[in-house]
This record gives sequence, structure tokens and C-alpha cells, in this order.
Amino acid sequence: MAKTAVSMTVNGRAVEALAEPRTLLIHFLRDQLGITGPHVGCETSHCGACTVDIDGKSVKSCTLFAVQAQGAEVLTVEGMAGADGTLSVIQEGFMQEHGLQCGYCTPGMITRAYRLLQETPNPSEEQIRWGLSGNLCRCTGYQNIVKAVRYAAEKLQAQKEAAE
Amino acid sequence: MITGAFDYHRPRSVDDAIALLSQHGDEGRVIAGGHSLVPMMKLRLAAPSHLIDLAALDELKGIAVADQAIVIGAMTTQHEIIADQALAARCPILRETAALIADPQVRYCGTLGGNVANGDPGNDMPAVMQCLGASYRLRGPNGERSVAARDFYEAAYFTARADDEILTAVEIPTPAAGHGAAYEKQKRKVGDYATAAAAVMLTLAGGTCETASVALTNVGETPLFVEAAGQALAGSGLDDAAVTAAVEAARAAAEPVSDLRGPADYRRHLAGVMVRRAVERARRRAAA
Amino acid sequence: MTDVKEMTLEEREATLGGIGTARKRKEDARFIQGKGNYVDDIKLPDTVVGNFVRSPHAHARIKSINTEPATRIPGVIAVLTADDLRPLNLHWMPTLAGDAQAVLADEKVHFQNQEVAFVIGEDRYAVADGIEAVEVEYEDLPALVDPTKALLPDAPVLREDAQDKSEVGQGARRHPNHIFTWDCGDKDATDQAFAGAAVTVKEEIFYPRCHPCPLEPCGCVASMDKVRGELTLYGTFQAPHVIRTVVSLISGLAEHNIRVVSPDVGGGFGNKVGAYPGYVCATVGSIVLGRPVKWIESRIDNLSTTAFARDYLMTGELAADPDGRITALRCHVLADHGAFNSHAQPSKWPAGFFNIVTGSYDIPVAHCSVDGVFTNKAPGGVAYRCSFRVTEAAYLIERMIDVLAQKLDIDKAEIRRRNFVKASQFPYRSCLGWEYDSGDYETALDKALAAVDYEGLRREQAEKRARGELMGIGIATFTEIVGAGPTRNCDILGIGMFDSCEIRVHPTGSAIARLGTKSQGQGHETTYAQIIATEIGIPSDDITIEEGDTDTAPYGLGTYGSRSTPVAAAAAAQAARKIRAKAKKIAAHMLEVGEDDLEWEIDRFKVRGLPEKAASMKEIAMAAYQSLPEGLEQGLEAVNYYDPPNFTYPFGAYVCVVDVDPHTGEVKIRRFYALDDCGTRINPMVIDGQVHGGLAEAFGIAMGQELVFDEIGNIQGASLMDYFLPTAVETPHWETDFTVTPSPHHPIGAKGVGESPNVGGVPAFSNAVVDAFAHLGVTHMTMPHTHWRVWKQCEALGIGG
Repeated sequence: MAKTAVSMTVNGRAVEALAEPRTLLIHFLRDQLGITGPHVGCETSHCGACTVDIDGKSVKSCTLFAVQAQGAEVLTVEGMAGADGTLSVIQEGFMQEHGLQCGYCTPGMITRAYRLLQETPNPSEEQIRWGLSGNLCRCTGYQNIVKAVRYAAEKLQAQKEAAE
Repeated sequence: MITGAFDYHRPRSVDDAIALLSQHGDEGRVIAGGHSLVPMMKLRLAAPSHLIDLAALDELKGIAVADQAIVIGAMTTQHEIIADQALAARCPILRETAALIADPQVRYCGTLGGNVANGDPGNDMPAVMQCLGASYRLRGPNGERSVAARDFYEAAYFTARADDEILTAVEIPTPAAGHGAAYEKQKRKVGDYATAAAAVMLTLAGGTCETASVALTNVGETPLFVEAAGQALAGSGLDDAAVTAAVEAARAAAEPVSDLRGPADYRRHLAGVMVRRAVERARRRAAA
Repeated sequence: MTDVKEMTLEEREATLGGIGTARKRKEDARFIQGKGNYVDDIKLPDTVVGNFVRSPHAHARIKSINTEPATRIPGVIAVLTADDLRPLNLHWMPTLAGDAQAVLADEKVHFQNQEVAFVIGEDRYAVADGIEAVEVEYEDLPALVDPTKALLPDAPVLREDAQDKSEVGQGARRHPNHIFTWDCGDKDATDQAFAGAAVTVKEEIFYPRCHPCPLEPCGCVASMDKVRGELTLYGTFQAPHVIRTVVSLISGLAEHNIRVVSPDVGGGFGNKVGAYPGYVCATVGSIVLGRPVKWIESRIDNLSTTAFARDYLMTGELAADPDGRITALRCHVLADHGAFNSHAQPSKWPAGFFNIVTGSYDIPVAHCSVDGVFTNKAPGGVAYRCSFRVTEAAYLIERMIDVLAQKLDIDKAEIRRRNFVKASQFPYRSCLGWEYDSGDYETALDKALAAVDYEGLRREQAEKRARGELMGIGIATFTEIVGAGPTRNCDILGIGMFDSCEIRVHPTGSAIARLGTKSQGQGHETTYAQIIATEIGIPSDDITIEEGDTDTAPYGLGTYGSRSTPVAAAAAAQAARKIRAKAKKIAAHMLEVGEDDLEWEIDRFKVRGLPEKAASMKEIAMAAYQSLPEGLEQGLEAVNYYDPPNFTYPFGAYVCVVDVDPHTGEVKIRRFYALDDCGTRINPMVIDGQVHGGLAEAFGIAMGQELVFDEIGNIQGASLMDYFLPTAVETPHWETDFTVTPSPHHPIGAKGVGESPNVGGVPAFSNAVVDAFAHLGVTHMTMPHTHWRVWKQCEALGIGG
């Protein structure tokens, strides 16, 4: 099948690569662009390891063709830290609260938590659990992931209050 | 898990999309959110040669809430349905149901149109639409028509939609102020289809149930509108006998298969439990 | 030399970040930034991709394979079948259990999704199309799905290749579908005890086939450098050295020409112990093509072909006196091993350490026997987050003691107390042959019961029962046996199950340590460094831990069965002690005193009585490369191969509280309290994380995980749509607690913890569910406790609504 040029913005950088129409976004990112933070865990859109942020939405990139993201603004875990390498508060929270073990689900978790906190800046434990329910983790039993997101939420709140 | 090869089309108008569908016949499929279709394609249970992406069709998006009717564009996502305050105020069962579909990521992509048009008996919105008396707008080469949700579903994955038609919008008669509705869904975990689910809408006047409708998800080849269940409730005081009659009607209507969610007898039983619980919650929500 | 006033003792201790500190994890920095390096992230130049044509049938004869249409697909490079591997003698491979497994189906397929052909192409898309195009003609054969029918005279013979073999690895066979019988204990004395018992109970307990299902599936990249004659194999290996030896043995490549690398591994839980056809085919492909070949399995492949766990049909019996003191235990297990005997156990243990089945209880006599059989299902039988078959054993005894309690109407906590091995009995010799190193079960149970207000819970339960409501309280007071193991009785392929650590201290006082294990998320890079820090006084932040590269790490047997802490961490401590011993010599030289005049203090040697005279480890490190006493070699390095004198026996006391909805069968986990005693606690933060994770996996197993087959051997629900991996919503909140009973034989007293929560968690959930029905006469309910199964119980009792 003929390949076409697919272009999008990934982590603030304009990218273009050739892809078949059937090329999944996850493979486009990983195999063609070398962005290997998002992972493939299930291929049936259940595990969320492939989660990326597309135009302000959390999306499972194993269930989207790259061509569908033509022109989109894509954010992956690689784009979470500041330009100077400063960790985002969510990344910091995962480290401080031991919110990861094998690390395989972590990029998807962090990317999803980012969007969750954009929409719900001060989530309850229940809201976090529901908000992350499209991301499976086999290692942590989720408890410390919930704490990590709370850590980030509190820190973001504090930063916001300090700025006001 | 890789799909077969296909040509990708991203039409700019519904007419263009219909033209593509007509042109490619059996070989063409429209894709909306894709979360039902793409996994099927990966398993090569679906192998369209032409994929027609409706994502660019702004005319299929949006929620319009009016006193007479609510019109929701087919490409409106579950996430947008959950977020819409006006919709939640007039027809809260849609938010409740959308929130029980799949998981957050899938709801950003999954559309109402895809959910009701695809014909998967596991989808949640069809039964809710039957319960609400909604109708679907279908547009094809010969123009637009409307089909009631209660008449739309023929068998698993078979619907009244013709191959060259696109479901453009869902029209819901705006539920009466003070109505009560509920969607009860039992599932194994977040992300799962219902083991059994029930949608109930009713109105009360002076403690008597004036109108009632009941529909079931995933306990048959299609969503099931259980007219007899609504009739059992309407005119009653929603006393135990009436509710039990509705439950019995639902159980009688259910034709579940045995699967990993449970054997058929359990799922039939559960359909009844879901109806009972949905009636109870709908009653509490309704203005007496 | 050092200004000892610069920091207080406490500050120096804190700087060390040693044993007992909740040190943040060193590995996190890369994972939270998407910079982990998992096998599918490896991108060698010129890499091609391979994947399998798989059988749609569970049992069939292959009549023909036509690969030609596939080779016409653009991008497809080659298609391998058994016929291509036969000249290399690689169409079958030896299993760890002494059987042989088809790499590519040879004449017959024995389970659904079995590997039939291997398609190699430029990318995964071309390969997928190639797989679709391969034409295989099958002749269907009757499938054997039910293990209870495997040994019937008229059962279909599955393994024609092994039909005439008297053994397929682990003992004599009595039927073509029989693999082995393993027997343990004193049968006559046990039978006698049962004959004369005041009370006996018997229950059939099925531990269903489930799957470890790590989030990252299995995979590898094989890269043959034809010029150098060297093979590098990157892969998801829990035991990279063992893989290297296996590859050498089956490929004929000299072991020094093979480098096996386990990069970051996205969870293992036992799934990544074995050697799979994908590894062999990728290796052959690379040898043939001279290009790197990558094989990554899909989730469906993972759940349906690589290393399931459990599938034990157990019959348990207890004999007791009228007060509930157990006088004997008897059990039989029918073990479904699938199509090939390729479970992963130490060679001499065909049923793993199932004879830990007497658990935490002082049972005078016992007998158990295990029969392994073939069925038309995927091969395997790994220890899914547990030591070998320990979880099955713990499940049996923890369920049976509840059954006995109900029979005698004795409280389920009290009956445990009456039967516990007492603290004063350690080291305790069990009647089935183990020597438990240490324990204090009663203290643990008492603490657990107090923490949850057990009496209050029982009162509440009584009130609820009076109202017709279902509430259950489950207790599990389990004992694990981990840390395989003493080389005298544990080996894989004849290699004793020691483990190893090599430490090099650099001149400026930092260090690198390499070990024979491989973390899959357990946090070794963090915790091993803490042990070494405490032992040699170099801050853990200054110690790099490396694992997984067989070219650099010393030989070890890998990470599974909670063996990293009991074995490799012991090696780390011992190697560190060798370094400290040498450092002492250097310090004595530096301080111009005798070694006997020195004493160790956190990070330095001090001259006894002269506190201002000291040499810090940092200074000693430099001296080791500069000014040595006569007769000492340069450098500050040590290696230790540790052969543990015994296993370790972690234990715990768990309490689970559930409410059951009789109308829907839903079980709500209201509370879960887990007290673990893993001996010395290296990093409490990591321990808590391990316990949370193990409990979540136990929750999944108890409440939903099951690989189901239909009557013709089709696997059902082998994707994450159906296979129950709970989300954050279903997963309960965990309360953790601990006691500390160090292991007397382990250098730092540690026992290992990662698997306890799975071993103890599953019976705690089950016991809670059954307890909810105990007053209605229910003694056992088969796992997993899905909504429909629980409702079926309610319906049978007439309370299902």
C-alpha cells in the first residue's frame, strides 16, 4: 500500500514521516519518530499504556491511525518535563509517592493524569480512580498512583495560590 | 494485530462522504471514533478497502437542546455528552450512560453516532435511545429519512441503515420536566460491556406513574425495548406488584447467550435486577 | 585523618541511605520521562520483524503448509516452518522440565494458537499480511480439554512423539497422557491418622488456570554478527544467564559467543522465566539472514501461548481432634500441564515446593501426591508471583483450615492459633521435610486481629446475618517458602540455584555492583545499593547497580520465586563484607595500627579508643589504588557466589472483609488489611509497593482471572476485554502493616516479600467470600468469585432474588 506523508506536531516539534493509511499512531510514534515513551500493552484499547494527548484529549494511540492525527497537536510523556529538563509535578509525584514499579504503564499513566488534572484540578480519590480507569497497572495496586496524582494536584494548587 | 490495507478518505462534507460510500459499496466503511471498528479490523474480522473518516464533518457535531427536542450530531463524543450542562439538565440519563461507556480515553473518541449505528448489542446508548423514544436521522444518496430507535435494530450488527447511508444525528423528544430516568449497568470492570443493563424513564403525577418506558442492553441480539414492562408500570403506584410485573416482562423479553460474563439464566435474572433498580432510582429522581 | 566532627552519627547514617530507609527509586527518573529501554524500544540498524502463523485448532494433524503465497507479499523476506528447522535440529527444543516442546509445529498441533510457521518481513505490517497469506491445511483431531479425562483408557493420545518414552522429564509414566507422579510424606502413617481421627474434612479445591499477564508482553531481538560469529539476544528474560546457557545448548553456539541482555522489563510475574519458540525462531532467523530479527508477541499470543500458571485440581483432607487440632493432612493434585511439560520449576521438584502445604501449622503427619497430565492447552505452569507452586499449597491449607473450623464450629482465628507452629519451635522441621527458619505467627495474627477489631467485625457480621445480609471475614495466616535455593536440592538444567554479586569500588569512593538477577519492577537498582551502602559505608546514591547483561554480570539464576533478596541480596552483602575486610587491612596500614585495633562505624574504620583517628571508606578507596600494604593486590573489588544454606520463610496475617449482594453476585471488598513479616526490611517504601501490587494481583486472581476453554479446546477471552485485570476503580484500598522476624541464616536477616501478598491474598479473598455464606452451610466456592458464580451460589441457597 502506498505511503503518504503524515505531519503533526509532537511535543511542540513539527514532524513529518511517510506512513501507510493503516499505520497506527503508536507505531508511527515509536517506529518512525523514535518516540518510545508510549507503549503497546494490549492492542485492543484496554490497557492505556499507549495513551497520548491529542488536541487536548487523552487518546489510546493503538486505536487511531496516524493519518487520523494529521495536523494534530500531540503530547507524549517525553513532552511533560520543562524545556530545561525540570520534571513536571506529575512526574515528580510519581517518583515521590512510588507510583511506579516496572515503569511500563507509567508514560500512559502520567499522560492521562496530565489531562485529568487539566480538567479536574483538585480531584478526590474517587475522581482519580475513575479518571485513570482507562490505564491498567500490574505492579502498584494503584494506591501509590492515586497518591502521586494527589501530590501533583496539591502542588499545582499551591503553585496557583502562590501566583495569585 | 495489524489491520488489512485500505485507502483513507477524509471527506469535507456529508454529501462527499455519502458519495464515497456509494462509490465503494461493500468495500467502504465509515469510521467515527473507531474504537469498535479498529479492533475488529485488527482481528481482520472487518477488512474494508476504503475507510471514510467522518472526523472533519463539523455538520455532524454538536448538541442542541430545545423544549421540544434534543438533537445530537452523530460525531458528538461521549466526553462531550458528559460535559454538556444543558443536556445534563434536561436529559441526565445521557450523562449517566455515557459515563458508563468504556473508559475516559475511549469516551474522548467514541461518538454517539458510532455507538447507536454500529449495531453491537453490547453498546449502551441504543437501549437508552429506545427508552427515550429517540429517532435516528439517516442520510443517503436519495436524501434524509428518520428511523425510530425502537425500529432500527434487526440483529447483531444488522440495522435499518442502508450501506450507503450515514447516521447524521439522533433526535430525542425532550423528556418532560420532572421525569425520572436511570441507567443501571452491571459489568465486570470498567471498560466492559454490560452483563446486563436497563434504561428506565418514567413520569409521576400524584404518586402514580403516568408514563414509563423500559429498554435493555446486551441481553439479546439487539437492544430490547420492553413495551410490556413500561405498560406494567404506567398507571400503577410503582408498588411492588407493578415493579415485579415489569421485571418479569423484562426477563421474559431477554434472550441472552451464555458467555464469560455469565450463563444465560444469570444474565436474564440480572436484566430483571437492573430493571428493578433502575425503576427505583428513576422513581426517586422523578418529581412526584 | 578524617575530621569526625563534620557530621553527627545520625547525619552520616542518613547520608548513607542504607538498609531501612525509604529511599526514592533510582530507576524512576528514566521511566517517568519515557526513557526506559524495553525490548521493543531497541532499534538496531537493519532490523526485520518476525511473527507466527498460529493454529486455529487445539488438536490437529498438519496436512500441508503452503508458504509460497506469503513470500509473494511485498516486504516478506522468509517463512520458516518445522521443515526448515529440522536440518538444524531446532524444530523441537528441550524444556526446563526435561520434556521437549515443538518450536514450530511438527506434523501435529497440540493447542490453539500453537506456533506453526514464522514469517519474517521488513516491518510488522508486511509480516501481518504474510501471516494472513500462509495456507495451512489441518485434519482435526479430538481435543482433550478436561484433565480428569486425560488418563482414561480411551483418551486421545496427544503426544505421539512421546508415546513410547518412559519419562518426559520428571518420573515414571503410566499412560501416554501422563507426565509424572510426585509423592511426598508418609502415606501409611497419614492413612492411619485419618482412620482413627475424631473428625475429618474433605474438599475438592480447584485453582484455575490463570496468567501472569505482565503489561509488557514477551519479546526479543536476536542479532547475529556473522563476521564475529557472535549472537546478541535482547529479550524479556527474568533469567538472562539461564537463557544464554539454553541458547548455547540448543543452538550449538559456544556460550562465550552469546550475549544475552535483559533490558528494562515491563513486569514479569513468572511469565518471562521460560524459553519460548519466539526466541528460537528470531535467533534462527538472524543466523540465516544476518540481520537482527525482532519478535514481539501480542496480548492475545501472550495470554494464549506463553506460560500460564496454576491449573491445579486439588483434593484436600484434614484430620483433627475434637478441639480442632489438626492430626493429619492428605491431598492429591491433578496438575494440568498443557501440551508439553514445560513448567518452570527447579529440576528435582515436579510440583515445585507444593509440600509447603502444611503451611503455618504444626501438623504431625501428612501425605501428598501430584499427577501431571497433558491436555490440548498451552504449555507452562509457572510461578505467577509466587515461589514454585507455593500459592497453590497455601490456598489449599488456608481454605481447608476454614473448612475444618466450620465443621467444628470453632472461630477461624482461634483454630489457626490452636494449630500454629509456636515461636519457640523455630527452627521448625515440617513433617513434609522443610526446615522453617524463623517465625512468630501468633504475634502477627494478634496484631492483625487487633488492627481490624476482629471481634467487632464478627459482632457486626452476626447482626447482618440476623437481617439476612451477607458479610464475610476472611483470614489467611500463610507461610511462604522462597529463595530457591540451596544448590543441594535446587537446580535448573543441573545448575545450582545460587546467585551472585560483583562489586567494584572506584578510586574516588563510588562503586558499581553487578548481580545475576534481573529486576522487572522490583526496584533492585535502589534496594541492592542500600544493602551495599550499609555494609561498606558508601552512600547508596554513589552505587550503580547493573543487572541483565550476561557479558558483564556474574552468572546468576535470575529473578523469580522471591529469590532476589534471599539469594542475590545475600551475595551482595557477602561481597560487600569481603570488600570491608580488605578495606580494613588498608585502613590499618593507613592508620598505622593493627587490624584488631580498628572498629567499623557507619562509613569508616576508627581506631578503638582514639575517635579522632579514622579512615573513611572514601579515603580507603583511593588508597586501594595508591598506597597498599605489602602483599595486597590493587583495587577494591569482590565477587560472591551465594549458595543459601536454607530457604527463607516469610509469613503474614491478612484479613479481608467483604459484603455480598445476593441479587447480583457482586462482592464488595470493604477492607483489606495485610501484615507481612519479611524479616529485615530493606526499603519500607518499596515493600509497601510490592505488597500493594501483589494484593492487586491476588484480587484479580480471586475475583476474575481465568483462562477458559470450550469443549473443543478454543481458548476463551484471551484479551484484556475479558481477562480480568482490575482497574483503579475495582481495586480496593490496601492497609499494610508488619512485624519483623529476621531470618537467622540470611546475612542481613531479610526474607523477600514480593510474592507473599499474592500467596496470602488469594486465600484471604476466597475465605472472605465463603465466610459470607458459612452460616448457610457453604464450605467452599470455586474461584474466581465472579458475579455469576457468586450469584449461582445464592440461587442454590434460594437467596438469589
